[in-house]
Amino acid sequence: MSNASPVVELRDAVVMIGGFPLLSGVTLEMPPHSLTVVTGANGAGKTSLLRLLGGLVALTSGYGVVSGVDLKTGDLRDLRRRVGWLGHEGSFYDDLTAKENLTFAAKALERPVGEIPTVLERVGLAHRSSTPAKQLSAGQRRRLGLAWLLLRRPETWLLDEPYASLDDEGRTFFDQLIGDVVAGGAAVVVSAHDPLRSSSLTPRTLTLAGGLVVGDDA
Amino acid sequence: MIRIALLVAGKDLRIERRSRVLLWQVLPFGVTGLLLCGLALGPTHAGHSSAAPGLFYLVMLLVALLMINRSQVIEGSVGTKTSIATLGLDPAGVFLGKALALAVELWLTAVVLLAGSVLFLHTALSGTVSALPSVVVILGALAAAGTLYGALSGGGQGPATLLPMLSLPAFAPLLIAGERSFSAALDHGSIWRWWVISLVALVAYLALGILLYGVLEES
Repeated sequence: MSNASPVVELRDAVVMIGGFPLLSGVTLEMPPHSLTVVTGANGAGKTSLLRLLGGLVALTSGYGVVSGVDLKTGDLRDLRRRVGWLGHEGSFYDDLTAKENLTFAAKALERPVGEIPTVLERVGLAHRSSTPAKQLSAGQRRRLGLAWLLLRRPETWLLDEPYASLDDEGRTFFDQLIGDVVAGGAAVVVSAHDPLRSSSLTPRTLTLAGGLVVGDDA
Repeated sequence: MIRIALLVAGKDLRIERRSRVLLWQVLPFGVTGLLLCGLALGPTHAGHSSAAPGLFYLVMLLVALLMINRSQVIEGSVGTKTSIATLGLDPAGVFLGKALALAVELWLTAVVLLAGSVLFLHTALSGTVSALPSVVVILGALAAAGTLYGALSGGGQGPATLLPMLSLPAFAPLLIAGERSFSAALDHGSIWRWWVISLVALVAYLALGILLYGVLEES
């Protein structure tokens, strides 16, 4: 953890969709170089919190700043460019190969496409670079998602249940990579049903219930 | 905006080439539709019927509805939508790119179906070729309007029946202009009046799409 100014700052953040409160008044801060695990039961608001931090849902009331962008008055498209999202659903164009998906993202963000082979190598997908995303296994798709984020180098990583359907090797790989990313200065927020089992990471764990933070081990 | 448009168009066309949905599903559907139109007219009437241009555009409309839906479904899954949203792409560029890719697919389909109309509906070859400039513009406008209405109807996540219901009133003037200009070309008349009207519609739909696509995506 660091004492630098927070990457995420929320005060009484409320998110309503269709009159239903997804978040009911969340207050928290996250510094850079930090790893936060958000746990809670289904419907507790984990994904909604991540989506709020990514500028993917609007802040209904309260105050929120992520990566210097005010969630109420700032340019949410600018914020989205600064965060990286890895969902538990498929996150790619199924008919494009792993390399083509990464090339699309790199060109969209004007990042060098020359980094793609290195990134694929790092996530262990170099041998699958020409495979369409729909032919990759769930674990390989998750690794491709990580490659997408490594290529983008976002300030804030939002990982929505990244451990789902991963084997032990995949979990270990994820833990190592998350550790490296946090050491590199990013703030990483992971949603998970249960606290992390890894002994190599020492995250702060937030527990959500009914759209509220009911536990914080910070 | 243009850079994003070309990137998105290239991506959509690459996906279409790889999936071969256009080649193996949409084109056979269109050709079969045209053949059935010829059979419905009957062998004695097909060559003399003034219905051929209208039937051509009717089949193109059905094909376009399939392709608009397909264009939106590509982006439709929640995960893909979210990942792409975090790229922060310029919505105007995305609209132009998707409309361009759809237009290219419609133009390719039209080449096949125009040949089909010569074969099955016995339209004159010279008149059919003369109609090409108006076909290009009409289908471009259809692609722009279709991309806009595709986003309006839920961007691949809404009910499949919503797109035709919402878009047909908007497509009707385009089909009328298309049918009139194709008929004029077959009768060796001037197609330019209808061509200009179609061009105005194309520019109007492009402007609307550039302005509104981002709002529709966000909603």
